[in-house]
Amino acid sequence: MNTISLDANGLGKDFNRRSIFRDISFSLKIGDSLAITGKNGAGKSTLIKILAGLLQPSKGSVQYYLNDIPIGIEKFKHNIGFVSPYLNLYEEFTAIENLYLLTRIRTASDTGQEKLKEVLSAVSLWHRRDDIVGTFSSGMKQRLKYAFALLHNPLVLILDEPTSNLDSEGFEFVQHLVQTNKETHIIIIATNDRSEVRWCGEVKNLGNENEHS
Amino acid sequence: MIWLNSTWALVVKDIRSELRTRYALNALFMFVVTSVATILFALREDELSPEILSGMYWIVIFFSAMSGLSRIFVSEEERGTSLTLQLIATPSMVFVGKLIFNCGLTLLLSSAVTILYMLSFPAFVVKSAILFIVTIFLGSLGFASAATIIAAIIAKARTKGTLYPVLSFPILIPLLMTVMKSTSRSINGDLLSNAFGDFQVLISYILVMTAGSILLFDFVWKD
Repeated sequence: MNTISLDANGLGKDFNRRSIFRDISFSLKIGDSLAITGKNGAGKSTLIKILAGLLQPSKGSVQYYLNDIPIGIEKFKHNIGFVSPYLNLYEEFTAIENLYLLTRIRTASDTGQEKLKEVLSAVSLWHRRDDIVGTFSSGMKQRLKYAFALLHNPLVLILDEPTSNLDSEGFEFVQHLVQTNKETHIIIIATNDRSEVRWCGEVKNLGNENEHS
Repeated sequence: MIWLNSTWALVVKDIRSELRTRYALNALFMFVVTSVATILFALREDELSPEILSGMYWIVIFFSAMSGLSRIFVSEEERGTSLTLQLIATPSMVFVGKLIFNCGLTLLLSSAVTILYMLSFPAFVVKSAILFIVTIFLGSLGFASAATIIAAIIAKARTKGTLYPVLSFPILIPLLMTVMKSTSRSINGDLLSNAFGDFQVLISYILVMTAGSILLFDFVWKD
């Protein structure tokens, strides 16, 4: 089984000369789960984007490892399952078209019907698989993002506001997902919801860099 | 092989998306029809030289392209799907995929303008068909190669609509001058060999723009 890890060293981000955060360092390996908390504007989503390779840090760097061998961000991205309010799917396609087309781009191969059925059933969207995503409610779109994030069996789950727009059933799905994968994955959650913070083993509070329990 | 398959999957995604949303197609063809109609009303029965006809032909293509080719990146930004693409594809895949799509769209646009132009202006008679076809083909690829990287740049800007033609025009001047000259030659019935110099300029333009764009795109694509 593959092992994956990452080292964040002295990360900092500035926007227009304003420092959002600075000197953030931590290491994560399989079995680690980290909650990133902080006030609005503290840089939770920014830090998440940097860790996922979607944004360049102003200072510091992130080093990724697969089986203890350093790898580049593009290879690491293949192991990321990412759910976020600003990561959208294509509204003009159906749910199943989105998963099929995006997986073809990601892996250059077709996804089996069984796997599609498995992930869409897990998020209770199999019966709506042929509906245009533009007609979905915000909660259903959030569920579809989970299907997209889990489709390629990632080793790292990065969840920004993981339960936003979800009903109680959706909340339980995410809670179950985090708890069943905690020992076998790296899980990073950006949230201020106390119940979501409790799912994680470690907490990083932005704006209070000394608190790292 | 994986890179090629992923890039092609991106092109297929864009084609299917375009056929469903008509983001660019509607804008392009409405502009073609209105601009050709406006020229037709303005000129009426006037006799025009091949140089003026070929110049206006490329002006129609230039402004039509400006109205539609930027959509390839602007629509990804507006819909919030550019981060999704950043997560699943490398920058080179995204750029080459978008470039192939824009090449296809520009060739389609040029074909539509040619047909409409020939129907509207009886004086627009091409005497050297091969020279004309090669000019259209290379000119379209040149347009697409410049328009794609500019679209990527302006997609990140706030004033997208005005910035696109303003940034594009100086970059496209060498291309426009060459294709206008070469189109004029095809109307006059020049030999294909006389236009080899123009073709060399066009091929060099495409190669330089594409190579420069691939190098630059990495910085443009990531915030």
